[in-house]
Amino acid sequence: LIAALLALLVGLVLGGGTMLALERRNRARALSRSSAANRIAFPFTGEDLSEPALAAALRIAHAEGATLMPVYLALVPMRLSAEVPLPAEAAVALPLLEAIEQRATRAHVPVDSRIERGRTVRHALRELMRHERFQRMVVAAGTNGVSGGVSPEDVAWLVEHAPGELIALRPAQPRGL
Amino acid sequence: MPGHLKVFIGMAAGVGKTYRMLQEGQAEAEAGRDVAIGYLEPHGRIETESLAAGLEVIPRRRVFYRDTPLQEMSLPAILAREPELCLIDELAHTNAPGLEHEKRYEDVQDVLEAGIDVYSTVNVQHLESLNDQVTQLTGTRVRETIPDAVLSAADEVVLVDLTPEALITRLRAGKIYPAERVPAALSNFFKIENLSALRETALRQVAEGVGVKRLAPAPTALRERREGGLAKAAAPQAISERLLALVTLSPRAQRVVRRAWRSAQRLGAELDLLVVRRPGAGEGGQAGLQEREALEALRRLASILGAHLLVEEGDDVADVAIRVARERGTTYVLMGAPKPRNAWRRLMQPALPFRLLRGLPGVDLRIVADRTLRAEAPVEEER
Repeated sequence: LIAALLALLVGLVLGGGTMLALERRNRARALSRSSAANRIAFPFTGEDLSEPALAAALRIAHAEGATLMPVYLALVPMRLSAEVPLPAEAAVALPLLEAIEQRATRAHVPVDSRIERGRTVRHALRELMRHERFQRMVVAAGTNGVSGGVSPEDVAWLVEHAPGELIALRPAQPRGL
Repeated sequence: MPGHLKVFIGMAAGVGKTYRMLQEGQAEAEAGRDVAIGYLEPHGRIETESLAAGLEVIPRRRVFYRDTPLQEMSLPAILAREPELCLIDELAHTNAPGLEHEKRYEDVQDVLEAGIDVYSTVNVQHLESLNDQVTQLTGTRVRETIPDAVLSAADEVVLVDLTPEALITRLRAGKIYPAERVPAALSNFFKIENLSALRETALRQVAEGVGVKRLAPAPTALRERREGGLAKAAAPQAISERLLALVTLSPRAQRVVRRAWRSAQRLGAELDLLVVRRPGAGEGGQAGLQEREALEALRRLASILGAHLLVEEGDDVADVAIRVARERGTTYVLMGAPKPRNAWRRLMQPALPFRLLRGLPGVDLRIVADRTLRAEAPVEEER
């Protein structure tokens, strides 16, 4: 009886240890899946998303098995302190990030969203590069009234300063032109 | 032993904060205490000035700023005089450059540390955390602010309340500003809608402060309730809603943060985000680095949302969450769907939601689902 009890005890200890090790391994794997080195940043601003840019970012992420990192660029007016909560910006950003997440999930692309703040789009982009690591960046160039896009000046700035590859999508020309 | 701080808070100038402070100062003096006025700003209001009569006034000091003479409170004179109770008006005031401190509340901290009790006054729009909200409500940005911690640390906070209509009547009667400033005040800041919003903000602020203080002894009250004392069972009740979202450092947890924030916005409630880390987690290696980065990202998100990020260490998420929820006066807990557990774990311990429900009676629990898993959601591949 004692031998049986001892065997049971040893079994329990071994089983517990194995489960703990498995859990640690799973956590490490989960983290490595969202590895910073294999992320594609997709910064945008405004109330609408650039559909072609999002589709392109999802396609690339899917093809490369990368994590899509949509980043809403929240602009802080000069009259406010740089660190204030931004409920109005968050109210715009969160539904957009949720929509991207749902779409990415359907496309089997893992997502890791962010909101980055700055006084201007360029400042927010600089903060993004300071805080996050990513392999590529996909941006929509926001001319012709395309919402959510980055101005040509900021795209030019990104060409010089963005780490890794930059994919800037030119907006479609309005029909009739 | 540090002195006792009592702050009189109001929705706007003219509600009677200084008047009430002087009334209480006079009552203390009549009761035999050594009371002195460290700084008083009567704004030319005759009633206020007459109420100060009989109280010793510690002389102000004259300082020059850009060749302009200014009358500032004299911190050294107060500390030298050492009264039992000092009345110091306008807690949010910014001192002239070159004085001991930049802000008056810092002077007040020195006075308190010297063992002197202080009565002071402040308007709700001067609170740092409300400054943005008040700006949105009224269109007027107040430059002089105090950290909320100053008010939280006060031993007593007294709301001096007046209806917006009564305040406007006082303004029209010339009891707040001189006659020439009244029309401008009426057409700018002193509008019924502004004052109503500020009044609500002030009431809420004080109610939440009271709520926190009432909830502080909650563990004792709960223990007494478990011990069966019916008369002791009146556990403190939260006045307003307070949400606690249990989040991990995985990207999926952002869904919980988003839903929690939206719920908090709808309820007009404070939001706490709780991350429970195992002791030693995030200390080294690639996994540790990624955890630290994820935590920083969550911290930035919390700052943008105006949520409070709490990072606690513990082996048992349920125990930590229950403790934090009790300490914070949480009324509503949100969490993601728990991971499926194997038979052994199910046998050994109830699932996290059940443990939370049992450990936090009277607290709502919401499990945030992944909406992409809904059966009716159209499935399409990106091409």
